[in-house]
Amino acid sequence: MTKATFVRKEMLPPQEAPASQRGAIKWARENLFSSPLNAILTILGLLTVVLLVKGALPWLLNGVWEAGSLMECREIIAARHGEGATGACWAMVRERWHQYLFGFYPQPLFWRPTLAFALMFVALAPVLYLGNRTVNTIMAGVVTVLTVLALIGISVAFPQAIAGADAGVAALLAVVIVLGALTAVAWLAPRKLMILTLLYPAIGFYLLWGGSIWGPIGALAGFAILALVYSLTKGQLGVVVGTGAGVVAAMVWWLAVQSHITGALHSLLPFSITHVDSDEFGGFLLAFVIGVTAIAASLPMGILLALGRRSDMPLIKALSVGFIEFIRGVPLITMLFTASLLLQYFLPPRTNFDLILRVIILVTFFSAAYIAEVVRGGLAALPRGQYEAADALGLDYWQAQRLIIMPQALKISIPGIVSSFIGLFKDTTLVALVGLHDPLQGVTKVVRAAIEWKGIYWEPYIFVGLIFFACCFSMSRYSMYLERKLKRDHR
Amino acid sequence: MAHVASVPKEPFRLSMLVYDTRYRSYTIQIVVLVLFLAFLAWLLNNTIVNLAAKDKDINFSFLFQRAGYDIDQQLIPYTNDSTHGRALFVGLLNTLLVAFIGCILATVIGVMAGVLRLSHNWVVSRLMTVYVETFRNIPLLLWIILAFVVFSETAPAPRDFRVTEEMAAAGEAPAASKILFDSVAFTNRGTSIPRPYLDHPLGSFSILDVPINLSVVAALALIALCVWINGRLIANAKSVQEATGERPVTWWKSLIILFAPIIALLYALGFHLEYPELKGFNFQGGINVAHSFTALLIAISLYTGAFIAEAVRAGILAISKGQSEAAYALGLRPGRTMRLVILPQALRVIVPPLISQYLNLTKNTTLGMAISYLDLKGTLGGITLNQTGRELECMLLMMLIYLVLSLIISSGMNVFNTAMKLKER
Repeated sequence: MTKATFVRKEMLPPQEAPASQRGAIKWARENLFSSPLNAILTILGLLTVVLLVKGALPWLLNGVWEAGSLMECREIIAARHGEGATGACWAMVRERWHQYLFGFYPQPLFWRPTLAFALMFVALAPVLYLGNRTVNTIMAGVVTVLTVLALIGISVAFPQAIAGADAGVAALLAVVIVLGALTAVAWLAPRKLMILTLLYPAIGFYLLWGGSIWGPIGALAGFAILALVYSLTKGQLGVVVGTGAGVVAAMVWWLAVQSHITGALHSLLPFSITHVDSDEFGGFLLAFVIGVTAIAASLPMGILLALGRRSDMPLIKALSVGFIEFIRGVPLITMLFTASLLLQYFLPPRTNFDLILRVIILVTFFSAAYIAEVVRGGLAALPRGQYEAADALGLDYWQAQRLIIMPQALKISIPGIVSSFIGLFKDTTLVALVGLHDPLQGVTKVVRAAIEWKGIYWEPYIFVGLIFFACCFSMSRYSMYLERKLKRDHR
Repeated sequence: MAHVASVPKEPFRLSMLVYDTRYRSYTIQIVVLVLFLAFLAWLLNNTIVNLAAKDKDINFSFLFQRAGYDIDQQLIPYTNDSTHGRALFVGLLNTLLVAFIGCILATVIGVMAGVLRLSHNWVVSRLMTVYVETFRNIPLLLWIILAFVVFSETAPAPRDFRVTEEMAAAGEAPAASKILFDSVAFTNRGTSIPRPYLDHPLGSFSILDVPINLSVVAALALIALCVWINGRLIANAKSVQEATGERPVTWWKSLIILFAPIIALLYALGFHLEYPELKGFNFQGGINVAHSFTALLIAISLYTGAFIAEAVRAGILAISKGQSEAAYALGLRPGRTMRLVILPQALRVIVPPLISQYLNLTKNTTLGMAISYLDLKGTLGGITLNQTGRELECMLLMMLIYLVLSLIISSGMNVFNTAMKLKER
């Protein structure tokens, strides 16, 4: 019996994988050069990137921030980087940013849209983050800080922006106190912040348009009357009739009573701030006013239209289908032109209401029709069993919708709803075609027509495009967050 | 039938109209109907009163009056002596032209971007993500205006193409030159492309002032015939394959059938291209395509392409992994797996959103108005409206035309959906 002279007692350490099978090389082989076609695509892609960077990077890096005109910009670039160098002229943005943000809003009053914009986020937080205390508080705190910084920046850029230094400090203090108080509310009683959300339409309107304080209060009172009549009659008459009675009462208030009472109150307590005309709105202020209002109004309207389209009542169904299909069949521009040209024929003679308001109403109709279709998809995706279970529990139609159907159907339709919202926000640029000063056409046209900035084209569009991109991209990210948060199944 | 008998037979009371669910829906519908009719009557009354106050009537006879304005892109003959009605048709054709080419381009871009975004190639998929997100999150109007402004401000002027004698002597090249084998001139006034010409055309006749070119008709008929014959050839090959298991080679027969006759016809008709030439201050000859058309087309196809890419991606992702694994298990190569297994199923998911993107594209062509592209909105809803002052008629007519267009496209979608529907049980 031969004896083994050598027996290895311990395991050999594993050999490292060959160089082609690990690290960056493996990754590149698998992800970039897995086949000839892929290699060609990779090279083409890299070539595109290189060309883009080569073209755009010097232009971006050579950008000039301080100059009075495009000519001056070009001279500075030529002096710094030699003849023939290209460079962006961001000085235009530096000089005209306020027109892009506020349009032709009076400069001393810039703090009002700024505050309205800031309050919007505080008011939205309880809706967006479902009463999450931490997020609400952080949001309100960040908004407070940013608003104060923005207001200081505005008052440095426009010394007359907040009239007089003392009043300016006082106003700043007031803003800090209000926003700080809201932050405290967000921490102590997150649910109470919903009150601000409910009041925000009136607050925002008052801050933006100004005028007598009794107007917005009167309008709010109408909604209070609606809610009151509804809650009094709902028990006996049911939801639909109760709502109808409430609407009738509110209409009576708004159309017949309100103006007398607010007029009387105004002569008693004349509390008002400077009125700003709609013509002076412009830039992203306008885009946000139209976009946010239409978004907020079109969701409930879209849901009602979707329910109408699935209703058992043939007449309601026919009206909903007719409305939805008509609106979806025509381009938005024709709706906008209807607002600016045709409404004067359809409304009683000598009614003359604001173009912005008319545009908002028609944009809302437009978006509501699209949202109705999205929600209808969500409703159709629910299994029949859900409806039947609601019936079996003895819930009536509205209870079933509110407690069982809508929470699920809306959850399914979140991506579609948000992409309609994004579409709507992008479509606010079209209002330029009916003569409003939107950031894209209206303001840029003014800038490009000015002698000092004649011939500038990349910079304004990049600036506007970036802001739109930031808004729309964050909306779509938010919808993904919401989808994840509401997901109940574990897949 | 005890259940039926147990329903209490109450006499009808008025309050049951509100409280009893059996009658309540009738009550609601009647109230809504009355309100709706009242609303319509109110609108109608307002319109009549307003029209009377402005001393106007509803009258479409302006469509037969002289338009008096020029349209630079016209697919059917049009002069400023033509009627407003004809201007409407020119505009409608311009809308359809940009929508048709735009749909094709957007589909090609979108399908490529959607498939590439799913590819394992890191560089390419990231690039496509950047493309899709950039175009989806920035308004279409910005792309249209940007393209138009960049084209008209950066393109060289026609005089930059001129080669003077001194330059020729010195061997210098002009500041700009034509691209694509010296055939396409891209200037700040537009793009000049070659125009196809026939030496011996078959002639033409016109119906309602719309000229019908017999050569084009003949070519189209020939193409249709060739495609039909090719279809028969393929069907025949398939039946041979099913009967014997061997597929006859068809590719060269297909090539001959598809291309030889049309080339022969073009040769017989004396087909050649007329190239744009610099004469005086501008390019003459060829077709001058205005920048408004090019910019609108490029912007709208890239923008819609991004949305189509998302639809395609969603469609492919919707097919469960088991399908491709089953196909691999059967021994199909990746290309055939895509073509035979994944795509037919994914198409069912892709096509409805695709058609709705086509609809959006068609409606979005109205944005060409911002760069004065004279489509339907530009002629009927723009110049004609301003000249005649007939807002009501023009807007209603325009809405009607767009509605009909949309209905045609969406009924096409319904036909497709029914044909593609999963045939279950």
